[in-house]
Amino acid sequence: MKAMVYRGPYKVRVEEKDIPKLEHPNDAIVRVSLAAICGSDLHLYHGMMPDTRVGMTFGHEFVGTVHEVGSSVQNLKPGDRVMVPFNIFCGSCYFCSRGLYSNCHNVNANATAVGGIYGYSHTCGGYDGGQSEYVRVPFADVGPSLIPEWMDEEDAVLLTDAVATGYFGAQLGDISEGDTVVVFGAGPVGLFAAKSSWLMGAGRVIVIDHLEYRLEKARSFAHAETYNFVEYDDIVVHMKKITDYLGADVAIDAVGAEADGNLTQHVTSSQLKLQGGSPVALNWAIDSVRKGGTVSVMGAYGPMFSAVKFGDAVNKGLTLRMNQCPVKRQWPRLFEHVRNGYLKPSDIVTHRIPLEHIAEGYHMFSAKLDGIIKPLIVPSPS
Amino acid sequence: MPYTADKPKPKESSEQLRARIPGWGVDLDPKDRPSVPRERRDLATGAHWEFPERQEEKVPRERSIEHKFLTPVFGTSTPPSGVSGTLRRFAYRYSEGRAAHWLILLAADRVNAWEAHLGSFISLRPDNPVTESGVLSEFSGHGVRSRFGRKRADLAHQWMDPAIVAGPWILAGAAAVAVARKLGRHKA
Repeated sequence: MKAMVYRGPYKVRVEEKDIPKLEHPNDAIVRVSLAAICGSDLHLYHGMMPDTRVGMTFGHEFVGTVHEVGSSVQNLKPGDRVMVPFNIFCGSCYFCSRGLYSNCHNVNANATAVGGIYGYSHTCGGYDGGQSEYVRVPFADVGPSLIPEWMDEEDAVLLTDAVATGYFGAQLGDISEGDTVVVFGAGPVGLFAAKSSWLMGAGRVIVIDHLEYRLEKARSFAHAETYNFVEYDDIVVHMKKITDYLGADVAIDAVGAEADGNLTQHVTSSQLKLQGGSPVALNWAIDSVRKGGTVSVMGAYGPMFSAVKFGDAVNKGLTLRMNQCPVKRQWPRLFEHVRNGYLKPSDIVTHRIPLEHIAEGYHMFSAKLDGIIKPLIVPSPS
Repeated sequence: MPYTADKPKPKESSEQLRARIPGWGVDLDPKDRPSVPRERRDLATGAHWEFPERQEEKVPRERSIEHKFLTPVFGTSTPPSGVSGTLRRFAYRYSEGRAAHWLILLAADRVNAWEAHLGSFISLRPDNPVTESGVLSEFSGHGVRSRFGRKRADLAHQWMDPAIVAGPWILAGAAAVAVARKLGRHKA
């Protein structure tokens, strides 16, 4: 089969690999029909995530058709069209039994601080991902769901991470009616966090970024008020000015480890890898939210330390909430929202790239070329 | 507005927002939010086991020392090999709480990249920096038009990024050469 393969920082290519085998009685092998590149894949691509090995296939957002199932699989059969959440989880451990699927204790041998994620380094369990023609899906009775007949496949693939994560981020903000919500980052997660904030009754939704085309999308898709931080001497002061010097009620970090806007943070994290990530957006969130407000962190950070302004968070009495999204827990409600037309996930898809050209896709997404917001990867028919 | 007990009024009322934005307020009630409360014991997961059957460990599998045992299911992509593999196995002697664990893994990643790069030259498919970096999409993706005149924050540092990344390697190389020369002179 053809699969994307990591060759080192900023280098990927397509190689012939063996079709994955069933390795556990509850495994399934899924033939991928559509995958996506996530913004967090860029942290791997840029060499920021420890234990990212040459030869690994990335991709934690994918949908497809069940090709083969293990002997204990009860809920799926070959031929079923499935969407697979980015979390790999057992469904039975201390954490899964409490709904914390992203914190599963039974799937990541390499680390206890994070659960299992497809194609996201050995720090997240060492599973190959779905930017390929076939992928091994552990715990097939627990993770995947059948794609509803009425659902578009492009909507389904976005529900495996970006939509669910944005929606989850807004929930962690604990938004009340009329609240002012500021979202840092107008990428896919930020756009869905902004859109979801309205569903939860926000009175004002503000989105901050430095890419004009993404801010335009935030206005048209997410009905948000937008600001380009490059145009302001100090975006935090501007946030205070436009909130009557009180600050926003809720701030959502939808940027994560490679935030721009501070040269020292950029050099020490994105370039020299001396931090787990550049917490520029997180620090802006901490400083922009009002005292007693809530900061929801959806941006992905590496396991190393980061220079976060923790003192400000303490002194302002903030509530900091964060986690990887337990995707499947969001689906029943999100399916309703998609069916009712409140969310149209595929509206943010900008590029559909054949698997053979995935290196160009990664470069364009990394360099933010051609108005790229969400690139999908289309495996070639075998 | 002076600093009083009042919360600033939103520009639009809830009724105006409901009329303008599809779905406004449908999840206003926290009961409709799937992750509220954070922990719930009433969710059906599909698991039909108390503890999962164990996956066979066909090759020795590295694991975090913060785990009591090897997890019942684990990834089998790219087992450690070569010098980078030795470094990785060494890193797993340290807990996730130690910077040494992560720094050694990052170093192993770089060694792994060089192993793969050099190894590719004795393979049937040597690395091709043009196709593997995807840099040709600079043309199809309008590299110049996408960057300039767009108020992008990253433009301020893109020109210096390669030097910042290469700098420590060049300095380390220069230091190694200097030390080697000094040792050579000392012996002579």
